[in-house]
Amino acid sequence: MVHPTVSDQPIIAARGLRKVFGSVVALDGVNLELRPGEFLTIFGPNGAGKTTLVRVLSTLTRPSAGTLTILGVDIPKGSHAVRSQIGFISHQALLYPNLTARENLAFYGVLYGVPNLCERVTELLQQVDLAGFSDRTVKTFSHGMVQRLAIARALLHRPRILLLDEPYAGLDQHAARLLRGLLAGLRSPERAIIMTTHNIARGLELCDRMAIQVGGHIVHEAPAGGIDSTQFEELYLRFTAKG
Amino acid sequence: MKFLLTTGAIVRKDILLEFRTKELLVSMLLFALLILVILNFALGTGSAPAEGALPGVLWVTFTFAGVLGLNRSFLTEHESGGLHGMVLAPVDCEAIYLGKMLANFIFMGVAEAIVLPIFAVLFNFPILGRLPALLMVLALGNLGFTAVGTLLSAMAASSRMREVLLPIILFPTAIPVIVGAVNVTGRVLAGEPLAHSVPWLKLLGAYDTIFLVVAILVFGYVIEE
Repeated sequence: MVHPTVSDQPIIAARGLRKVFGSVVALDGVNLELRPGEFLTIFGPNGAGKTTLVRVLSTLTRPSAGTLTILGVDIPKGSHAVRSQIGFISHQALLYPNLTARENLAFYGVLYGVPNLCERVTELLQQVDLAGFSDRTVKTFSHGMVQRLAIARALLHRPRILLLDEPYAGLDQHAARLLRGLLAGLRSPERAIIMTTHNIARGLELCDRMAIQVGGHIVHEAPAGGIDSTQFEELYLRFTAKG
Repeated sequence: MKFLLTTGAIVRKDILLEFRTKELLVSMLLFALLILVILNFALGTGSAPAEGALPGVLWVTFTFAGVLGLNRSFLTEHESGGLHGMVLAPVDCEAIYLGKMLANFIFMGVAEAIVLPIFAVLFNFPILGRLPALLMVLALGNLGFTAVGTLLSAMAASSRMREVLLPIILFPTAIPVIVGAVNVTGRVLAGEPLAHSVPWLKLLGAYDTIFLVVAILVFGYVIEE
């Protein structure tokens, strides 16, 4: 795999990030740095705080404590300024089931102020292999098609940061393979990608750094090169058993 | 310009969704019709007490049906994740609020436009000559009700008791608007010119402005996590 050039300046820098929901500590002092061109996969069991971390990084959720800088801007103070540079794919597709694929993308395109919107929507629908379904309502789509459209939505404004929260969840093998091809094509020297997943094989195949999150902490972080899924599974089980 | 485009896109999206599903208007209209029929049986027509109750009948129908619409407004956003999608975009929260509020205002207006002739027939009360004044009162009442209703709907939608919570918090808050609207509607239906209701109209206008400004200011905090 050809790795994109990685710049020295972090695009995301988190120090001691903490998020508390009532008495539940979802994030407990997370430190994280990500540079343009990097692809980081975060593994972790249910309840590890992966979704909360991605939501905080997306500016959707305010951190309770700690510092977060995205593209040099302090978050949450400057959230509004960096949102045009973040693409977010979550458990929910953030799409309206009763709008067509094209209408959904056009709606978000206006919100993001995308220039030449019609052309961009057509281009993205082709990229995610949904051009033939552009005028069908999303509620008629399979889960795999919805996930591909969610990727198109997240890419509409050509974001420099892409956050993927469990993108493989609920996909069959064929859809997962299609998605993998799509995600591989999203890598670029300017773009940083963070993905959370339970799927060790899928998670390792695209990333160049991997982290394990347990109980709101990043307990292990390392380059992904040279480690296979069996070795990683043992490592993962060792850390998650401790947690 | 971006602000107006965002507001317009949200209104257009909500109208398009309603055009496809017809969930909101159909349920509002059916509920309004049921209330009118029940009240028609309860009050009868033609008697003096019945005529005195007509402004109340009208606003009970509009506000009760309106709550159904307002409840659906943010429920759809929560179910689809659309609210998160909008919040993640580089748009002002105020534009999101105004878009949702205007869409609710339009839906309530359409429901009222359909309900009004049915009301006139059921209660055997001619409204044609009073229509311009009546429409003005309806617009003012609607504005205040949807201004505060849209904000409270956003608050209620993230709660587990969302279906029951909205009416419980909306009606007490909207009382000044409802009292004002019922009062002016009564005078209009009695054939008085609008000039006789200037103090009430001022009150309605003042509450509309206050509710709108407060809702715009606090909406960002309501939808924030």
